[in-house]
Amino acid sequence: MRYEAPRKLKRAVALLSAESGVARVLAGGTDLLVQLRSERIEPDLILDIKRIESMHAIAAERGGYRIGAAVSCAALGEHAGVKQLWPGVVEAATLIGSTQVQGRATMAGNLCNASPAADAAPALIAAGATVAIAGPGGRREVPAEAICLAPGRNALEKGEIVESLYLPARPERSGDAYLRLIPRSEMDIAVVSAGVSLSLDAAGRCSAARVALGAVAPRPLRVEAAAAALIGSDLDEAVLAVLAAACAAACDPIDDKRGTVEYRTEVAGVLAKRAAVIAQTRAGGAA
Amino acid sequence: MPLDHPQDLTIKDFKIVGQRPLRPDGIDKVTGRARFGADMNAPGMLVGRVLRSPHAHARIKSIDSAKAEALPGVKAVVTGADFGAVKDGLDDGMLDVLVNCMAQDKALYDGHAVAAVAAISQTVARQALKLIEVDYEVLPHVLDVDAAMQPDAPVLHEEAADESVPAGFSKNVVRRYEFGHGDVAKGFAEADRIVERRFKTEAAHQGYIEPHACLAAMGPDGQAELWVCTQGHYMVRNTCAALLGMDASQLRVTASEIGGGFGGKTTVFIEPLALALSRKAGRPVKMTMSREEVFRATGPTSSSSIDVKIGMTREGRITAASGELRYQGGAFPGSPVEFGAMSAFAAYDVENVKTVGWDVVANRPKQAAYRAPGAPMAAYAVESVIDELCKQFDLDPLSVRLKNAAVEGTTSSFGVTYGKIGLSATLEAARAHPHYSAALGPNQGRGLACGFWFNFGGETCVSLNVNADGTVGLSVGTPDIGGSRASMCQMAAEELGIAYDKVRTVVADTASLGYNDVTDGSRVTFASGLATIQAARDAIRKLCGRAARMWGIDEDAVIWEEGYAKPAGGNAGSFEPLSLAEIAAVSARTGGPIAGHTEVNADGAGQSFATHLVDSEVDPETGKVKILRYTVFQDAGKAIHPSYVEGQFQGGAVQGIGWALNEEYIYGEDGRLQNPGFLDYRVPVASDLPMIDTVIVEVPNPGHPYGVRGVGETSIVPPLAAIANSVSAAAAVRMTHLPMSPPRIRKAIEEAAGR
Amino acid sequence: MSQIHVSTKINGDATEYLCEPEETLLDVLRDRLGMTGSKEGCGTGDCGACSVTLDGRLVCACLVLGAEAQDREVGTVEGIAEGDSLHPLQKKFLEHAALQCGVCTPGFLVAAKSLLERNSDPSEEEVRYWLAGNLCRCTGYDKIVRAVLDTAKEMRSA
Repeated sequence: MRYEAPRKLKRAVALLSAESGVARVLAGGTDLLVQLRSERIEPDLILDIKRIESMHAIAAERGGYRIGAAVSCAALGEHAGVKQLWPGVVEAATLIGSTQVQGRATMAGNLCNASPAADAAPALIAAGATVAIAGPGGRREVPAEAICLAPGRNALEKGEIVESLYLPARPERSGDAYLRLIPRSEMDIAVVSAGVSLSLDAAGRCSAARVALGAVAPRPLRVEAAAAALIGSDLDEAVLAVLAAACAAACDPIDDKRGTVEYRTEVAGVLAKRAAVIAQTRAGGAA
Repeated sequence: MPLDHPQDLTIKDFKIVGQRPLRPDGIDKVTGRARFGADMNAPGMLVGRVLRSPHAHARIKSIDSAKAEALPGVKAVVTGADFGAVKDGLDDGMLDVLVNCMAQDKALYDGHAVAAVAAISQTVARQALKLIEVDYEVLPHVLDVDAAMQPDAPVLHEEAADESVPAGFSKNVVRRYEFGHGDVAKGFAEADRIVERRFKTEAAHQGYIEPHACLAAMGPDGQAELWVCTQGHYMVRNTCAALLGMDASQLRVTASEIGGGFGGKTTVFIEPLALALSRKAGRPVKMTMSREEVFRATGPTSSSSIDVKIGMTREGRITAASGELRYQGGAFPGSPVEFGAMSAFAAYDVENVKTVGWDVVANRPKQAAYRAPGAPMAAYAVESVIDELCKQFDLDPLSVRLKNAAVEGTTSSFGVTYGKIGLSATLEAARAHPHYSAALGPNQGRGLACGFWFNFGGETCVSLNVNADGTVGLSVGTPDIGGSRASMCQMAAEELGIAYDKVRTVVADTASLGYNDVTDGSRVTFASGLATIQAARDAIRKLCGRAARMWGIDEDAVIWEEGYAKPAGGNAGSFEPLSLAEIAAVSARTGGPIAGHTEVNADGAGQSFATHLVDSEVDPETGKVKILRYTVFQDAGKAIHPSYVEGQFQGGAVQGIGWALNEEYIYGEDGRLQNPGFLDYRVPVASDLPMIDTVIVEVPNPGHPYGVRGVGETSIVPPLAAIANSVSAAAAVRMTHLPMSPPRIRKAIEEAAGR
Repeated sequence: MSQIHVSTKINGDATEYLCEPEETLLDVLRDRLGMTGSKEGCGTGDCGACSVTLDGRLVCACLVLGAEAQDREVGTVEGIAEGDSLHPLQKKFLEHAALQCGVCTPGFLVAAKSLLERNSDPSEEEVRYWLAGNLCRCTGYDKIVRAVLDTAKEMRSA
């Protein structure tokens, strides 16, 4: 096994492209080192991207923020601007693991690890975030929901590397929220999770919404039917019930050590409802 | 056991006992200097690693280690065959320990050791394991205790059952126990109401933060040294000597600092393997378990299935009680079901009572003791049924327990007649506490439960050396798992009348002190404490003798008071009192070194009782529980160092919270453990919990000179029940399966709504 | 397999070592540098017993490669006391009996110190959440939380 820590993105792409064996990108390393230790993976190349200066930047861009792939969740949580614009996304970032894990883990890494239960995914999908990918063929930008293809499998091609995430600008009277169900108060992987982002019109009516669920299907889900239920409403009980039902209908979970099919399906709707109400409040609407 | 001085429980003027001095090992532990099991190295040291079965149950047809042995850097490989020579000489219990440390003809659980290697580095050792070829014939397996008792269940051992098991049972049922007195049929007939329920609990792991670790070195002369984190280094010595065919005298075992045990470090796992590898390689071998190995291959506690039936009058008097307890203890006999059956109703004075316990084997790791082994599950079932009866009669659960509480003179369900005990005192303390009457909000519930533990004394040896500068060195043989060196210093200083910091206590190695039982049964403050006090009194007799010699008077004419030798009275003569330091300073001229000793098999540990009170809130939509408030009331007899007594109360309660809410061994269909890590084996974290309030009740134990009762184990007995009662009240449905994880609670709420 | 040469700073001291590419910072500290104060409780970032700071940020040493420490600054439990003078947290942990077995204590001290450097007046809840990645199986956390809160109070009035 080789360890490389290039200082330039171009060099990183070149190293990844040239590697004939198995290569793994080390961003935060909080998943990668666990996999290494358990001998689940035995890569030939570990590519550490933390020496690439630009990967650490959080920059304002077109009213939103571009977040470098090596920005730790802790650093993201300390960024007042992102926190104000996308509190739900920051909420997700600061729920990933412990304080120690947040000191290392990255949103980009969490996404690329391609766990259906990743905390980053529902929040970023609900936010309409995009992912900038650098590769031998140049740079491309894809929606966050396109990254996870299946448990443990992401959409990156040979030689490709995530460069940054982009959180877009949003209209006034917008809010987002992320909730997950874990048995403890911390340190668990989501049993079910939900992210909701919405905007309100001047009358307080929902004018736009995105809803995403985690840990209820082989990949994080964007649930358009659930969002459609919110749009045009003021999120009354009946609407929230339709939202919950739409979420439950979208679920395709498994029974595993963390939860059952019934439980996940049921609680997905509960969390989506609660997240929607928090997002509404954050958007300045009636709770 | 008789004490050389009559006990004086009226002592009110303890000077050091009851204070909260800083612990003597404290600085080392806050600076990172303290040496735990994995913190020791030796020149030329090799790394040992274990190959483990991926199958829950499989016949080992062959093991071929030739390729591993040929790998450069590999210095030794051992398999079951290496222990073949000693096998015939071992008794059944010791043979089980051996087979658990290294599989012989069958792998009996996922994680069972089948081979071990010693190599020059972790990397080489890891590669070597991959080169060992094991040919398995996979067999059907069984994991659940009730399933393992079925007549057609896969059988682990053909001949493990003893004569206590009636004919017709599965061979997995290996022991039957029965306790009780009176006529339960008659008692149930007298009841106004009877509640009978079945409960299940899942296996919980002790979860000590320090994985097992040791460093073994054996020379060609057969002399060996072992550094190890253990609750009992004499047990390690005797067990390893037997498994390696050595004389006990040839193996010197030193107990490292120990990073938690809770009963889980009262046996051996990797230690015999490290010694065998060292013997073969001729070099020191260090072995440390990974966390995954700890979960897969060391002792969790039993999972259980329990039926409890209690009859009560409408006034709240228990007329009869019976219980049938089924515990699986992993792949070998020895689940703590006997303790479960003994302790189930031990808190109550019941005229007609009967319990039957069934010890069952299943394809899981051999259970190890876990804090009051066997009692928490039994108390959970019993206290849940009492709670339900109280609810049905609309009676105050505390008053009902008080009405039925065992007191001095009560003959317990397991046969012993109690001396002075403190259950009622803990209940009264709970009633008087503001917690008991505090208001509750919606979706909140309060639970109350009592718990009992036997406590233990056992074989103990202590040596107390008076130094010429007036200080004292105390050697004990019980590893310090929670601050016991501080308590020993306190008791020695109290008795000798010298300052706390003039005494230094060390845990001596097996060559330096006589045999000591393991640190278990909540015995250390009681038994090593008792032995320390006696050793101090032995030293005092000698100090008085030296003073007599210095004064030229009879030994009988010297008494010891508050740290000074004094003439016994006017007839003895008139001399200035001599301090310990003054006598010690001239000891070379009065007969040489001064030391006190105790060798004792301590009896009279004194039973311990506790009452726990807990408030919880249940989110009815998700089934998630939050513990809001928790108070422990427990009888400590006499708290030597109250801070560490409180610590035992708090630690036990929180382990109970974990067991009750989220901790469990989860197996897949393939019989493999699914959650061998702290991510999915969910011990409580700081943000899960409120402060854990404590009330120390002191009903002195007549069996100890200062009245001490062990406190380490009782604190985990009531929590499962107290929390289950609280959650059942909050969710308005009786929870009969632990842990009460969010999916289980949601399901119970849904089922209750559907009825 | 060739080893990597690393120059770094540990507790303020310039330090050099060789390590394998897959070796963690925890392996390096314990096995190569003899700094056994950081403990391995899990090796997967779930227990916090190996908590150290990396350029001032609290991390688990088991989730950092040894090679990554090049040109960084590492802080461990061995660097908390100044000479023979204990840090207030160390004193308060002893006073409050905030340790029983003591194996989790180094991790708790490093983590709590990192908290107090960011927040001199944390609430009980903030302490509990900050320390949620540090497992203690002996104490039930009560005395640990009290010790941290008491240290914060004392350091504020100092």
